[in-house]
Amino acid sequence: MAEIEKFLADSNTLWVLMGTILLGLSSGVIGSFAFLRKRGLMGDVLSHAALPGICLAFMLTGSKNPFFFLIGATVTGILASLAIHAITRYSRIKEDTALGLTLSVFFGIGIVFLTQVQHSDQGNQSGLDKFLFGQSASLVGEDVWVMGGVAISLLLFSLLFFKEFKILCFDPGFGRSLGFPIGILDTVLMIMLVVAVVIGLQAAGVVLVVALIITPAAAARYWTERLDVMLALSAVLGGLSGALGTVLSSLSFHLPTGPLIVMAATFVFVISMVFSPRRGLLAKAIRLARVRKQLARERVLQSLYERREQGDFGDVEAEALLHKSPMPPRRLRSALIFLQKNKWVRMYKRRGILHIRLTEEGSVQAYDTVLRQRMTEVWMMHESEIGGSIRDREDGMVADHIPPDIFDPLWNLLLRHGMEPKWNPESPAAPLREGGISS
Amino acid sequence: MSMAWTIMLTGALVAASCGFLGCFLILRHMAMLGDAISHAVLPGIVIAFLVSGSRDSLPMLIGAAALGLICTFLIQSLRSRGVQNDAAISVTFTFLFSIGIILVSLFTRQVDLDLDCVLYGEIAYVPWDTLSLFGNDIGPKAIWVVGIAFLLSLIVVGLFFKEFKIVSFDPHMAAALGIPVLLIHYLLMGLVSLTTVASFESVGAILVVAMLTVPSATAYLLTDQLERMLLISVVAGVLSSVLGYGLALLFDASIAGSMTVAAGSLFVLAFLFSPLHGVVTRRLIRRRLRTAPEQS
Repeated sequence: MAEIEKFLADSNTLWVLMGTILLGLSSGVIGSFAFLRKRGLMGDVLSHAALPGICLAFMLTGSKNPFFFLIGATVTGILASLAIHAITRYSRIKEDTALGLTLSVFFGIGIVFLTQVQHSDQGNQSGLDKFLFGQSASLVGEDVWVMGGVAISLLLFSLLFFKEFKILCFDPGFGRSLGFPIGILDTVLMIMLVVAVVIGLQAAGVVLVVALIITPAAAARYWTERLDVMLALSAVLGGLSGALGTVLSSLSFHLPTGPLIVMAATFVFVISMVFSPRRGLLAKAIRLARVRKQLARERVLQSLYERREQGDFGDVEAEALLHKSPMPPRRLRSALIFLQKNKWVRMYKRRGILHIRLTEEGSVQAYDTVLRQRMTEVWMMHESEIGGSIRDREDGMVADHIPPDIFDPLWNLLLRHGMEPKWNPESPAAPLREGGISS
Repeated sequence: MSMAWTIMLTGALVAASCGFLGCFLILRHMAMLGDAISHAVLPGIVIAFLVSGSRDSLPMLIGAAALGLICTFLIQSLRSRGVQNDAAISVTFTFLFSIGIILVSLFTRQVDLDLDCVLYGEIAYVPWDTLSLFGNDIGPKAIWVVGIAFLLSLIVVGLFFKEFKIVSFDPHMAAALGIPVLLIHYLLMGLVSLTTVASFESVGAILVVAMLTVPSATAYLLTDQLERMLLISVVAGVLSSVLGYGLALLFDASIAGSMTVAAGSLFVLAFLFSPLHGVVTRRLIRRRLRTAPEQS
């Protein structure tokens, strides 16, 4: 507690904290747009391209006022983005190459300028270095005022043009047809990105500002499908990382603030990647396991059914099942145990060999499963004639449910292909069971 | 060897080996990886320094190359888990770089590890950092290190040239033909890491990143053949190193910066006047085509 009190009492730390939080907020929002436009690496390029601008501003004005640096860096940032645009537009060079090329050439020019400044009488270019590597611990009130003003105007701008930017991110072609000035909007967004990068430079340095732009946005993307939620979340995550990094840095070991902010942001990103409910790796793994289990049960039922369809009513050995539809024995076992629990199969051992027998209930189930599988098959073959969308789930999986209105045409197609299930456990005379198609 | 020659030779070697590998990076749309690797190796350098306790080149080279590979591995695995390309690259290299800086500030306060010098080496100091073998001075260390890295990439790419070529242009076909695409990918990444690390200890990260992209982009505009592209890229790299050194003398500016600017100027020339793809050339051709029917 004493440390926290000491922390709050230190007005300098408070300034730094405010600065990094504002920075996280604004770059989180702008970064979301950049992320959605697949321009994440643009932050990298712009932060390198700021160097010649900063040097030029210093050479021209002779002062180390962050405001002049901002203007200089913005100008060269815009030049860099124009260069990238021209290279990709007028030659066959792809965007990634154009990015790397512009980044290194602009930075090279910056270094040449930097040595010029060093060799000139103006001397004392140490402040320029600071600007590149970031010294958030040395932020003072004046810097934070500038940063705060810029950050808040960036946020206001994004709110004001929210609809326009949204259409720019998701469907620029459609936006153009609606009469939105897409080219101008893109430029405006680029300028905002430049400004966000430049105000970040002072606190975090060239490399780390890239993380502030992209990492919170990438993390936020995991949690939502809506742009407004994503922007808010990305801003919060960015601000949180900023705060976390600053607090950690001031509490312990005198570690540098910028890298700690990046570590915090990366931590948030990894958590999001693993644990987010729909897109997260864990959720995906669970879904995959569930689908695999379901598939294993269906395949067992199918194999058992097909034997009966071919007129073999004897019990089946587990080995034969594995032979017919190969799967890990463990998965087969758990599928069999599930089926037995539902009383769909009976298992017994004879002479040490596991035998499996379909029960009556299980036969009905197996018939349903096979019917659904084969209907899905013909549905896929004749998707254009039948209509309906076979991939109705968001994850692109095939529908596990046949809509009743296309049941009859599908049955006719089955007959045409000779694929109809030929053994009906209920009454061999009436093969069609209306509506009994569910898993 | 005079100082100027040594510097130019080092620059040319760096440019040649980076330009050579850069062609494959460009063709595989991975030009930004050079930049990512050059930042991500920092923790490797620091750890090697902490473990070995010295500023010897070899441990640092190994540490950095290992981190370069880890970086590409992380990027690849993020991508295969559905993270979009630009985010995968940015998240990985900023994370690794931050670890590096934190390690530096944690441990190297006691010992002297000059970040600027390790990461952003200065090519002007190359002639003084010489290597001695059995008591004999065998010339600047940088030339040996970069030269060996270059030789290695030449040998590896030469041995598997067909595989590299197919993987660069059509990874799906390569996979269908049974070429181990992922192995070739990591082989290339290993070479890029090694070359990056070997070079930038002596010449600085910026020159390496520039030489990985700029000369090969120039070459890409000048030819449609991989063999020629490799050759042109190497030549353009060497040329920009020589021109850059001249520029640096003329303006009394940073040598690495000037070499980068020279490479950039060569690119602009190719961009405008390449006989195949130049902006100006194409405009001329179009005008000639438009007026041709009237003459006949």
